[in-house]
Amino acid sequence: MKPLSHKFRENAGKALDNPTLQTALKNVPEGFVAKRAKARSKLPEFDALTEQAQQIKSHALAYLDLYLEAYEKQVKASGGHVHWAGSGTDACNIISGICRDAGARLVAKSKSMVTEEIALNAHLEASGFEVIETDLGEYLIQIRGEVPSHIIGPAIHLTKEQIVDDFRRIHVDLPTDRVLDEPESIVNEARLILRDKFLNADVGITGANFLVAETGAAVIVTNEGNADLVQTLPEVHIVVATIEKIVPTTEDATTILRVLARSATGQEISTYTTFTSGPRRESDPDGPRETHVILIDNGRTELLASEFHEVLRCIRCGACMNHCPVYQSVGGHAYGWTYPGPIGAVLTPSHVGIREGYHLPHASSFCGACEEVCPMGIPLPALMRRWRNRAYGEGLTSLRQRLAMKTWLWFAKRPRAYHFATSIFIPVFRMVGRRERLARFLPLPKGWVRHRAFPLPEGSTFQRQWKRRRAGEVQQ
Amino acid sequence: MLNPAQTKSTASVGLFATCLVDLIRPNVGLSAARLLEDAGCTVDVPSRQSCCGQPAYNMGEADGARELARMTIQSFENYDYVVAPSGSCAGMLKLHYPALFADDPVWSKRAQAFSEKVFELVSFLTDVCNVRSVDAKLDCRATYHDACAGLRELGVRDQPRHLLASVKGLELLELKEPNSCCGFGGTFSVNYGDISNAIVEKKAADILSLDVDLLIGGDVGCLMNIEGKLRRQGQTTQVRHVAEVLAGQAGRISTRRAHNREKPA
Repeated sequence: MKPLSHKFRENAGKALDNPTLQTALKNVPEGFVAKRAKARSKLPEFDALTEQAQQIKSHALAYLDLYLEAYEKQVKASGGHVHWAGSGTDACNIISGICRDAGARLVAKSKSMVTEEIALNAHLEASGFEVIETDLGEYLIQIRGEVPSHIIGPAIHLTKEQIVDDFRRIHVDLPTDRVLDEPESIVNEARLILRDKFLNADVGITGANFLVAETGAAVIVTNEGNADLVQTLPEVHIVVATIEKIVPTTEDATTILRVLARSATGQEISTYTTFTSGPRRESDPDGPRETHVILIDNGRTELLASEFHEVLRCIRCGACMNHCPVYQSVGGHAYGWTYPGPIGAVLTPSHVGIREGYHLPHASSFCGACEEVCPMGIPLPALMRRWRNRAYGEGLTSLRQRLAMKTWLWFAKRPRAYHFATSIFIPVFRMVGRRERLARFLPLPKGWVRHRAFPLPEGSTFQRQWKRRRAGEVQQ
Repeated sequence: MLNPAQTKSTASVGLFATCLVDLIRPNVGLSAARLLEDAGCTVDVPSRQSCCGQPAYNMGEADGARELARMTIQSFENYDYVVAPSGSCAGMLKLHYPALFADDPVWSKRAQAFSEKVFELVSFLTDVCNVRSVDAKLDCRATYHDACAGLRELGVRDQPRHLLASVKGLELLELKEPNSCCGFGGTFSVNYGDISNAIVEKKAADILSLDVDLLIGGDVGCLMNIEGKLRRQGQTTQVRHVAEVLAGQAGRISTRRAHNREKPA
């Protein structure tokens, strides 16, 4: 997708002024945050499990080449095809090629962030295929022509009322006087529409939460079961995954699964967890005739060799954005690319460049909530700071900010000049600041005073008072 | 680490006042010094100190931050302990200074040795000096905001609550979300003022829902931010640093609300 991250400030402002969005965003702390806390408190070994999960991923990344080759071998042994794609464009072309060879018309998809990253739907539609998203949230944003605003709740930015309006607008074949006000009736209507698509789809595309090197299986979790229909009903099944999804064994996958659902939705386990490998065997009652796995790099190898490599441990649970005060305030669309929130603030610049993605790692108070809840122990604030270092080094930080910092540093590095200057400036500041009519002439930062009163200094610096106190003690 | 008995008679503490305390709220520094002296420490405030370098560090100006770090380490490394009335600045000194010099064999060692001496004020009083109570009185209803860096980088959470529980007359209530960010984040509050404001509005609403007279916190930056919001909203809730309350230096807290709450006999 075309990045809009350079418009972060503008889009964040619009998001703050959008009362419907603000209503929808209340679901983030009330839903995800509270549920995760409860799930964690119910599992005493949760923290120990996250450490184990981190070790598994770190190990898999350290030997990524070996595990990828092992995985490929297993997939081929089970009768599946493996395709290696260096870039998103390569992946798109391979996938449309498979669809074309299969004589496909309708392609059904389950939720997959990597297909958002490589803009697969747009490519397939341009190639003449009809694409239908079957995850309810993804379906909603597909009919609205939007992109996901959250990696596990793609339509978290919508209210129930908006969804009802969209269904009435799009599902014109259904009776206009139907009752459509409760979540249940909304879900039933989506089910009715999608059932037909599942049955008629020629190709099914799923993502993968894990790829198991030991068995060649792709693992996918959903709460709607839509991925199971997508990967069993059509004649052709394509798994689209980036290379860092590899784990060595089934045991490893199940260990990480225990922290994934708890971190994401607060569930002990997602409703559906499916391991698939290879096409239908003779004894199988159903399943695809043909299976493909697309292994996508799209910048991962470069990331692995960079100072941001730890971000590759990410299992896309979304806990970082759920707990992020900035995400909670502006939602996911403001971030302007596939991955929002703290994980997006680290990933996006690596894909779109730090010039385009400048704002994302800067728009953080570094509160550390993301790192605290990340089950994979990714030091998100530290990684964001590394992007800030690069941005500063490349001269992308505004001249105003750099000048202010240089001035501050000039004084701060010279304590004598600093204490002399502040001992004069602070009393003057207080005198002027106290008088409302004069106060507006003070050079105060607009970003602050637009919303908050500026703190009036007590009057004399601490250093000065301390010296006075010490002098008094000596005299006594 | 010294045992409590030794601490009482011998520990020398270099007080890193922090720039915000120095410039905006010196009373916090004086209160911190008093608390440390009451705990038996010898307190010194080297004049060769200014800013810990965190604003530069977080802006990506690592070289500038390193220069300030060297100056601070030189000024303070000969004390037994280095104490700051701020979790944010103490976290910078304790955790980020070593990170800044990770590639410098000489300074890395010095930063590491320095790091081991650094403490946030309240956790130093309880965890190192074994202070269990204070001799202070403040009649009011209050709540405590956990500043992010102190909480998440240094594990400061129960220590201030334990000591505040010994302040006579102080009724301490818990916020619904005591550990959620106030939106300050240093230059973030200026560069992304609108987002910062949306965050502090939630914090202010949480505080106001408790109907308290006083908000207490451990970081002047966060307190300035929350106080600035409350004042702009025309609220009268007072704001003090935990050191001021523990040292009995919080001044008068208007408890108009307390009188209104009194139940008829």
